[in-house]
Amino acid sequence: MMTLKKTLLASVIGAVVAGTTLLPMTASAETLRIGYSADPETLDIHEQLSGGVLRFSHMAFDPLVRWTKDFEFEPRLATEWEQVDETTMRMTLREGVTFHSGNEFTAKDVVWTIERLKESPDYRAIFEPVASAEAVDDYTVEIVTTEPYPLLLNLATYIFPMDSEFYSGETEGGNDKGEIVKAGNSFASRNVSGTGPFMVTDRRQGVRVDFERFEDYWDTESEGNVSNIVLTPIAENASRVAALLSGGVDFIDAVPPNDLDRVREADGVNLVEVDGTRIIGFQMNEDRVEAFQDARVRQAVDLAINQEGIADRLMRGFATPAGQISPKGYSGHNPDLTPRYDIERAKELMAEAGYADGFSVEMIAPNNRYVNDAQIAQAVANMLAQINIDVDLRTMPLAQYWPEYDTRQSDMAMIGWHADTEDTANFFQYLTFCFDEETGAGQYNYGGYCNEEIDALVTEADSETDLEKRNEMLREAEAMLYEDVGYITLHWQNLAYAAAEGVEIEPVVNALDFPYLGDLVINRSDD
Amino acid sequence: MIAFLIKRLMHAILVMFVISVLAFAIQDNLGDPIQQMVGQSVPESEREEIRERFGLNDPFLVQYARFAKNAVQGDFGYSYFYREPALEVIARHLPATLELVFAATLIIVLLSVPIGVYSAIKPRSPISRLFMGISIIGISIPVFLTAIVLIQIFAIGVTVTLFPESTGWGAWLNDFFSTEGNMPSFGRGYDLVNVVGNWDTNLATWNGLQHLVLPAVSLASIMLPLFIRLIRAEMMEVLQSEYVKYARAKGISMRRVYFVHALKNTMLPVITVGGVQIGTMVAYTILTETVFQWPGMGLMFLDAINRADIPLIVTYLMIVGVIFVVTNTIVDLIYGMVNPTVKLTGKPA
Repeated sequence: MMTLKKTLLASVIGAVVAGTTLLPMTASAETLRIGYSADPETLDIHEQLSGGVLRFSHMAFDPLVRWTKDFEFEPRLATEWEQVDETTMRMTLREGVTFHSGNEFTAKDVVWTIERLKESPDYRAIFEPVASAEAVDDYTVEIVTTEPYPLLLNLATYIFPMDSEFYSGETEGGNDKGEIVKAGNSFASRNVSGTGPFMVTDRRQGVRVDFERFEDYWDTESEGNVSNIVLTPIAENASRVAALLSGGVDFIDAVPPNDLDRVREADGVNLVEVDGTRIIGFQMNEDRVEAFQDARVRQAVDLAINQEGIADRLMRGFATPAGQISPKGYSGHNPDLTPRYDIERAKELMAEAGYADGFSVEMIAPNNRYVNDAQIAQAVANMLAQINIDVDLRTMPLAQYWPEYDTRQSDMAMIGWHADTEDTANFFQYLTFCFDEETGAGQYNYGGYCNEEIDALVTEADSETDLEKRNEMLREAEAMLYEDVGYITLHWQNLAYAAAEGVEIEPVVNALDFPYLGDLVINRSDD
Repeated sequence: MIAFLIKRLMHAILVMFVISVLAFAIQDNLGDPIQQMVGQSVPESEREEIRERFGLNDPFLVQYARFAKNAVQGDFGYSYFYREPALEVIARHLPATLELVFAATLIIVLLSVPIGVYSAIKPRSPISRLFMGISIIGISIPVFLTAIVLIQIFAIGVTVTLFPESTGWGAWLNDFFSTEGNMPSFGRGYDLVNVVGNWDTNLATWNGLQHLVLPAVSLASIMLPLFIRLIRAEMMEVLQSEYVKYARAKGISMRRVYFVHALKNTMLPVITVGGVQIGTMVAYTILTETVFQWPGMGLMFLDAINRADIPLIVTYLMIVGVIFVVTNTIVDLIYGMVNPTVKLTGKPA
C-alpha cells in the first residue's frame, strides 16, 4: 500500500514537472521531435547492449572516442592516446568537463566505468581483453590488456564515463546506487548523470522521453543548436512515416524500403541513406545435412543465389550485395571478393558432389527482425529450387525465432550480424568459428561449420598490434571463407533516415546507427 | 441483487483463474524473454544465470504456484520491460484506452441512434439507402485500412489533380477534394491535463481533443455500421407492433411515438449487443492504438507480446477477462432497469 501511494504521488509530481517543462519547449524554435522505432529500454547504459540504449548513450553521455563516418576515431573525452608497451595504453582525458550533476569529470570516473563494464552481463564478454584500468593522475588513465590487443580503441567507443560520485552510495531502500539489475528497478535505470549534450528531464517508458540541452556541455565548438528533444517511440513503420509526413515529428529512423520513394518525393522532407554494416545471410547445418559438409555443395548454394537480384528488386536498392562478411570501411574488408551467381556452374558442382538430383532441406527465418526478412528467405528458397534443393521454409516472429534458432533443429537458418567492435574478426568469432561451448567461440555458428585454418588465422590477427599487418591477415581469412563458403552472404542492409526540411541530419548520421544529435543543426526557414 | 453480484464476483474470479492457467500454459510458446533482455553477443552462460534468477527454469507447476500465491495477494509480478509491477503498468495505460473507447462510444451513440431511427421510419428515402450503402462498406473495411486512409487524408493531406486545372469547375473540384492535412497522426499530444493520479486526460484541451479524433473515428468505424443496422432492424420491427399502432390511433404525436414508445423497446437488444461490443472494442484498440501510436493498453499488449514480457501478458489477459465480466454485469443491471420483467437471479425477487 505504501508503495502504491508513493507511486501515485510520484506520478502526480512527475506530471506537474512535465507540465512546467513543456512551456519553454513549445516556445523554442530548436526543439527536435524524434520518432524512433524504439526508445531506450533502460537509462542504465550498462544494463543492456542494444541500439536504443547506445543511441541514448550518445545523447546523455560521451564516449572516450567515437567513430566518424569513415570509421576513423574522433577524440571525445579522451584527447590523446598512446601505446606505452604491448599491453598498456595511456589516455589523456579532456579537462574542464562536468557531469550533469555538477561533479567534475576525472580519471577516477573512467576507471569506475571500466570496472562496472566488466561487471555487466552484456559487456563482460566484450571487455574480457581488458585486465585493469588505473588513474595515473586526474587526467591520465592507463588501460592494461591481458594480451596485446589491437582493438582497444574500438572498445573505447563503448566507454561512456559515468559519474562515479553520483552512482556511489546507497539508495533510501538500502540498495547500491551503482548496481546493475537486469530488468529490475535499480537506481541507475531511473537516474542519469553523464557528460553528454542532453539531460533527461522526463521519461515515460514506451511513450516518450524528454531531453533538454545541458547548459555546461564541454563541447562549445559544436554547432549543434538543438535545445530540447522529445523522443516518441513509433514501432509501426507506416505510422512512423505518416508522423513525419504530417509534420508530427521532425526526424525518423528506419524508413521502410516500401516507403523510400514516397519519402524521397514528398515536399518538405529529406531522405538520407547510409550504407549499413549489418550482414544478412544464411547458415547451413552440417550436423543435420550431410551434403552441406561438402564444400562443393556449399559453393553451389552460394552460386545459385542471386545477391544482386535480391538487393535490386526485393530490397529496391536498399542494400549492398555482399560477397564477404565485413563491409566496406572495416579493416579486413577485401575488395576482390564480389558476389557470385552462376546457375550452370552451381548445377555442375552439385553433380560433381553426387547430388545432381538434389535433396530436401528445412529452412527457418524471422519475419520481423531484418528488413524484408521473410520475403528474402522465400526468394532464396525459390532460387535453391533451381539446383534441385527443395526448401521447406518456416518463418516466425523474433520472440519465437531465437529460441528456435538455439535448438539448431533446422537445416538452414537466416541470421544477420553486426560486429559490436566494428571489426571483421568479430564476425568470424561469432558466426563461423568452430563451436566450442567452453570458450563460447562460434556461439552463433548454426551448423557446425568448422575450418581450423581460418580460426587460427583470425585468432592470430586478433593479437597483432600492427594494424596494417592485421588487416592483411583478415583479408586473407575472408578470401579463405569465400572459397570454403562457411556462411552464405546476401547483403549489408542499408540505413535510411528522414527529416523535415532544415533539420540537417546528413552530417550527424552514420553507418553505426547512432546519430550524434549533440552536433545536429536545425535551420528552420522563417514561417 | 446482492446474491447476483456475489455470483458475478465468483464468475470474475473463475475467469481470472482459467485465463491465468491458460496464459501460463502457453508461455513457452510466446518466446524467450531473456533473448529480448540481452545483446545478441551475450554468451549462453550469462543468459542461463538470468534465466535462473527469474525462475524460468522451474517446472510449470512451481512457476504457477509461485505466481498464484503472489497474485492472491495482489502482486501480479514484475514486467520485464517496464521494470515495474505489471498491475501498475496496466493502471498507467488504462486511462488512455478508456478515453479512446469512451470517445468512440460517444461517436457511435450520437450517430447510430438518429441514423438508425431515420432509416427505419423512412426506409425508402434516398438518404436511408445512402446510409445503408455506406454501412455495408464500413463493415467490410478493416480498421487498419480505415486508420491509414484517415491519416493520409486528414494528417498528411492529399492533392487532387484529377480534373483539368485550367477550367474553373476543374480547379474547384480539385480544390474541393484536396485536403490540407495537419491533424495529428500519432500519440496523445503534449497538452494533456492531469485529472488524478495516473489519469492524464485528452478531453480537456483543444490539442488533446484533436489527437483523439482520428483514433476514435477509426475505432468507431468498426461498430458504427453494425449499430445503425441493428437499430434500424429493431425499430422497423417495433413499428409493426400492436402498441405502436394503438398509440398512433390514439392520436399521440408521431414524434412521441417514435422516440419514446418505440425507441425504448428498440434499445433492449441494442444494450445487450452494445455491452458485449464495448468489451470487444477494448480488444480492437490493439490495432487502432498500434497505428496511431496511442499509448494505451492495446499498444502496450502488442509490445509485450513482441518482447515476450510474460508477466505483463498474463496480467493483461486477466484484466481484460475482468473487464468483460464487469461490462456484462453492468449490461444485466441496466437490462433489469429498462425492462423490469427481467429477473437477475432467475428467481422471484
